Amino acid sequence: MNIRGRRRLVNRVALGLSLAAMSFGLFWLCWILYTVLHLGVSGLSLDLFTKMTPPPGSPGGLMNAIVGSSVMVGLATLIGTPIGILAGVYLSEYGQRTLLGFATRFINDILLSAPSIVIGLFIYAAYVAPVGKFSAIAGALALALIVIPVVVRTTENMLLLIPNSLREAAFALGAPKWIVIMRVTVRSAKAGIVTGVLLAVARISGETAPLLFTALSNQFWSLDLNGPMANLPVTIFKFAMSPFADWQQLAWAGVFLITMGVLALNIAARVFFKEPAKS
Amino acid sequence: MTTSTTESAAPAAPTVKLSIRNLNFYYGKFQALKDINLDVYKLHVTAFIGPSGCGKSTLLRAFNRMYALYPEQRAEGELLLDGKNLLDADVDLNDLRARVGMVFQKPTPFPMSIYENIAFGVRLHEGLTRAQMDDRVEWALRRAALWDEAKDKLNQSGMSLSGGQQQRLCIARGIAVHPEILLLDEPTSALDPISTAKIEELIHDLKQEFTIVIVTHNMQQAARVSDYTAYMYLGEMIEFGDTDNLFIKPRNKQTEDYITGRFG
Repeated sequence: MNIRGRRRLVNRVALGLSLAAMSFGLFWLCWILYTVLHLGVSGLSLDLFTKMTPPPGSPGGLMNAIVGSSVMVGLATLIGTPIGILAGVYLSEYGQRTLLGFATRFINDILLSAPSIVIGLFIYAAYVAPVGKFSAIAGALALALIVIPVVVRTTENMLLLIPNSLREAAFALGAPKWIVIMRVTVRSAKAGIVTGVLLAVARISGETAPLLFTALSNQFWSLDLNGPMANLPVTIFKFAMSPFADWQQLAWAGVFLITMGVLALNIAARVFFKEPAKS
Repeated sequence: MTTSTTESAAPAAPTVKLSIRNLNFYYGKFQALKDINLDVYKLHVTAFIGPSGCGKSTLLRAFNRMYALYPEQRAEGELLLDGKNLLDADVDLNDLRARVGMVFQKPTPFPMSIYENIAFGVRLHEGLTRAQMDDRVEWALRRAALWDEAKDKLNQSGMSLSGGQQQRLCIARGIAVHPEILLLDEPTSALDPISTAKIEELIHDLKQEFTIVIVTHNMQQAARVSDYTAYMYLGEMIEFGDTDNLFIKPRNKQTEDYITGRFG
């Protein structure tokens, strides 16, 4: 066989192998999505959004869990986003080669890969135990600890992609450093930073472990931030493990809601990132 | 000294705007500029030419102390702007950069509207009313020969312009703060010939109001746009003089080799 033929053959084999690998991954993903859709859609009804989680055998919905999850995810994002962005700006614009920068980056990477149950236990020990009760605030704090490293990482990476010539151009007009950062550098990286935040929100919307020891859960309607609050992941966990068919059905509906929410966030992140930066 | 009629018809002897005295520049331990001495004349165009790595951009970036962004870079010697050494520790860098503007090799529009791109620099140094700012933006765009193309889309992103237009936007942005000196660091090397011609024409107009220093790789460009040319090689100033003289009868053998293409 001549060299051309051999190259063609190698090319086909490599292509075939990568296609097989892709199909393998896609197969499971589709199966998961199919199961979620199949079992989740049948549980969808207006009651899901307007009724509280029921005792076994009674009709009900997931309203308190949906609202509770939104409250805690929203609070966690509000706490985590500014801290994450500011820390990311520090790492990229000030602490690039400083000892503090290296240390922060290293610790942030550890936090990024920390198992979420460890974070849940940490907040339990640091907040829930001293205060003496489970609360939505504790849940939000645990989720914020997951948001922060993700946002720090993406913010730093997105800022590092901004060419130095753009910074120099702003400095060349006599702009002080903070104006260069606020009005030119961060602004140029805006789409990427927002994408990072959206992905962080997607990441925490399905987290169960950090809420298990912090917000606990709540069978009833409660908006008290200082008390246990219902949330989707823990409710799903509880209901799916139960022997009651109607609870299991609600668990599947909850899984469906979270999956769709995460999917929507990911699509939003994609769309936002693609859009060219506008004034 | 008496002068003949032919000489008095020529422009008066130019005044020195920026005087470079015994300038040495270091990137860490590497010395990039060696004992540079040079005068930049007011309301004239001075060009720096020389092969890559000869230090011409480094020299330019010393004039607005751009290098100060990078802690490992330092300059020694004197850069006298109207007699005041701008390497002194008490010089306010933001004020200095308002007096000495710079345009870079690649167009660098900010991620904001065309109007805001120009207003950005002005707002840093002056408090203008909306109407005054409108006038300033129009003036800058007219001086940069971009007004006709941009007047109907002042609110559109600066990124929406073509490369040549973006570079003229950057020039407009630079002159909008009314600098005394405008530094151009290879301003046309990323542009097509038509855009390049426009920028060169612009340089010719702008020297009525601004002292211009341009770094260029293109010797024809230096010959076309500049009044004075400096040839640099390996961090040293080999020859400096009137552009016509330097290109027609260079005094130095190295300069001659470079401009006639017999270099290396």
